[in-house]
Amino acid sequence: MNFFQVMEQKGWYFFTTLMGGWPETLAVAVCSFVFAMVIGLVIALMRLSRWRIPRWFAISYIEFFRGTPALVQLFVIYFGFPDIGFQPSPFQAAIVGLGLNGAAYMAEIYRAGIESIHRGQMEAALSLGMTPARAMQHIILPQAMRTMLPPITNFAIVLLKDTSIVFAVGVVEIMALARNLVTETLQSAAVYLIAGALYLCVTIPMARLAARLERQRQAWQ
Amino acid sequence: MGQMDPLLRIVDLHKRFGELEVLAGVSLDVKRGEKVSIIGPSGSGKTTLLRCINYLEKPTGGHIYIDGTLIGEKQVGGKFVHLSDRELAKERREIGFVFQRFNLFPHLTALGNVTIAPIKVLGLSREEAEARGRQMLEKVGLGHKVNEYPERLSGGQQQRVAIARVLAMQPKLMLFDEATSALDPELIGEVLRVMRQLADEGRTMVIVTHEIQFSGEVSDRVVFMDHGKIVEQGPPKSVLFNPQQPRTREFLKHLQER
Ligand SMILES: Nc1ncnc2c1ncn2[C@@H]1O[C@H](COP(=O)(O)OP(=O)(O)O)[C@@H](O)[C@H]1O
Ligand SMILES: [Mg+2]
Repeated sequence: MNFFQVMEQKGWYFFTTLMGGWPETLAVAVCSFVFAMVIGLVIALMRLSRWRIPRWFAISYIEFFRGTPALVQLFVIYFGFPDIGFQPSPFQAAIVGLGLNGAAYMAEIYRAGIESIHRGQMEAALSLGMTPARAMQHIILPQAMRTMLPPITNFAIVLLKDTSIVFAVGVVEIMALARNLVTETLQSAAVYLIAGALYLCVTIPMARLAARLERQRQAWQ
Repeated sequence: MGQMDPLLRIVDLHKRFGELEVLAGVSLDVKRGEKVSIIGPSGSGKTTLLRCINYLEKPTGGHIYIDGTLIGEKQVGGKFVHLSDRELAKERREIGFVFQRFNLFPHLTALGNVTIAPIKVLGLSREEAEARGRQMLEKVGLGHKVNEYPERLSGGQQQRVAIARVLAMQPKLMLFDEATSALDPELIGEVLRVMRQLADEGRTMVIVTHEIQFSGEVSDRVVFMDHGKIVEQGPPKSVLFNPQQPRTREFLKHLQER
């Protein structure tokens, strides 16, 4: 059977089987995204802190998580944590791994966004009696959010694709199903191409969205 | 504190940025209801002085009191320590600051700009804050622009919103840092009119300005600063029209020649 005959006869079967991995892929992507958004903000605020120790911690965090492979981080969590007395489930390891890793990237996105807001905005807020934290919440972040939306969307795309490594710790998502199918049918080309296409179905609209957000100006701009 | 004590007391204020001494021992008292103008060449430390008063800049020496309360620091066992963010924020409510470049919040409408601090800082309900906000915008002549975003307002209108934003906090003291010098000449008048109105209401104001005529009409006292020091001060008619110090004379002459 050549490639086209495989596609014709088995394509639909491959497609529907792989589709079964979507819920798990999405669950990992969404949970680790939320995780990365929250931890990333904390790291960014530490990075911009006026105190040296949080700043130093944030810099180390970002360097460490950006400078080592996500797969290595995932393995440390899944295979390493049991040594210190905690056995995460594959799903837990996946969202913590991708979440902590993503937080390093998100932190830099937040930082760039916050630093893009003119110093006078913080000063005006402070002069009106807001604490720095309040000013951040009501004045700086809402403005920064606008500039950060396109890079955050891009980050979400990268994260969605990166979920394809979590099969390595036993999460049964699209990639894991694809590997099983290949073992079962030995049709690597067809199976992996269809798997790739499944990701594209989501990443292309997201990229479009990012581009649109970049063009769109807000009512106040 | 009695009514006769100054509302603002600045004692031997020093500020340096690294090697550069920007304030070299400034002392100044401002009484309740008094209008004090500060004039002086660019770089003489006027902005820094105002910024120190509400602690946007930390002085490197000296103390500031408003209504008898130390600003930015407190005395603990005979030693001065810096206030926490929360304590400092509380003190800043009392001090309104009008910036040269307005610094309106671009993501909020005029009304949003004026109500955000009363809501988030004073804890007013949205209704109360909006009623107060509309009143303040009306007062500065912008009752018809409440729902406009800053981007769509002229510079003069933006600065008037900024003044309304300060008024909505009902501060004891208002600081103006060259409130009209970022404006096109034809827009200066509308802002000065509002400031004059506030002065007539008996508010306590410290006004850094290059508008000599305005300062002569509005202020009770004019302070001339140069190189981080007060060189001369007194009633407008003496400082502006009969200055004793050669440096004051030179500065005023220079202004007229512009
Ligand atoms: N944050 C800062 N860091 C270093 N130098 C500063 C800073 N702010 C002001 N200066 C310097 O302090 C001097 C006085 O500035 P400023 O108070 O703005 O004067 P003025 O308002 O009278 O023009 C200037 O030489 C200015 O360059
Ligand atoms: Mg200045």
